[in-house]
Amino acid sequence: MNDTTTINAKEEALLARFEEKVQNGDAIEPRDWMPEKYRKHLIRQISQHAHSEVIGMQPEGNWVTRAPSLRAKQILLAKIQDEGGHGLYLYSACETLGISREEMIEQLQSGKAKYSNIFNYQTLNWADIGAVGWLVDGAAIVNQVSLQRTSYAPYSRAMVRICKEESFHQRQGYEIMAEMAKGTPEQSEMAQDALNRWWWPSLMMFGPHDGDSPRSADAFRWKIKRQTNDELRQKFIDKTVQQAEVIGLTIPDPDLKWNEEKQCYDYGKINWEEFNQVINGNGPCNKQRIDHHKRVHTEGAWVREAAEAYRLKTQNN
Amino acid sequence: MSKDTQFDSWEVFMQSRPGANFIHQGSVHASDKKMAIQNARDTYSRRGEGTSIWVVPSNAIAASTTEDADMLFDPANDKIFRLPTFYTMPEGAKHI
Repeated sequence: MNDTTTINAKEEALLARFEEKVQNGDAIEPRDWMPEKYRKHLIRQISQHAHSEVIGMQPEGNWVTRAPSLRAKQILLAKIQDEGGHGLYLYSACETLGISREEMIEQLQSGKAKYSNIFNYQTLNWADIGAVGWLVDGAAIVNQVSLQRTSYAPYSRAMVRICKEESFHQRQGYEIMAEMAKGTPEQSEMAQDALNRWWWPSLMMFGPHDGDSPRSADAFRWKIKRQTNDELRQKFIDKTVQQAEVIGLTIPDPDLKWNEEKQCYDYGKINWEEFNQVINGNGPCNKQRIDHHKRVHTEGAWVREAAEAYRLKTQNN
Repeated sequence: MSKDTQFDSWEVFMQSRPGANFIHQGSVHASDKKMAIQNARDTYSRRGEGTSIWVVPSNAIAASTTEDADMLFDPANDKIFRLPTFYTMPEGAKHI
């Protein structure tokens, strides 16, 4: 046997053991052997998830100075701080796969790495902050609850922590919507308008329909993903419709109706053309989000340099 | 522009109440110990989860792998006399 065949045989044995472990439901830890494709898939997914948390702070930050009360402002600040924290949990989890924080930031800024499409939409008024919390965080929770059982242990641990904190986010958004819906006619109209604008992009957050979802076969075999895009989307719709009814708002989908046989809601066609437009850079805020990230990153460089200089000066003390 | 630095990685351990074990929480980036503790507090204890924090440079941690598990832990399984349930107690003996 020459060296290459020995290596291949060893690699195959490792792969077989890895597949078996995953099939048994065992978690994979950073120092365990893993196939390169598993590592790559996770880096792409976790870094995208981390970037989404970080970029997601921008549409909310837009309303900190204009929150309608001190209570609302404090809550919004705490929520934004949580999103930053969630980004940090996820960056740390991703670093265990061998990519550095610097590389991830570079990939975000160069457009090589994506973040959730939803954050390329504007938050036009206060009702949008309600809709973001209720629908966007609500959709994220459905996805994240499922990911708590993902096979890569650091990712799973980050998800457990995030899920614990995220339900406050959804509740604060729903509270805003409920208050506005029962407020003046103008306020209730604003709430309905925000729901109209955020409903469909929220459904798109779960990604393409199962038949059109690339890369999903490996992700399921390796238990990175545990439920399909359509299963998660359905779950979100089924629980959100009732919440809209309770506060007297109407889901903007004329085809939405209860399917007695399937015991879930049927819903109308999603405009994937819009989704593709936005994901390819033509959404209302794509440029603004990345420009802002770059600007703040550059403007903060002196803080990092000063901390580094301070460490060098004091490290032997 | 000089090269970006995101600082070194530190592992965070937190005690949830006085007297409890310190449990691993995750990691943070920081330029020194003091910043590591502050960042650990902000990142892992926003809701009173901790009463005390340890931070350790990530590269100072030595860890075993799953592949080592048999070698390291298997010998424990054939020494069941280390468990209290191994022993037969005389009928009627109390508080033992």
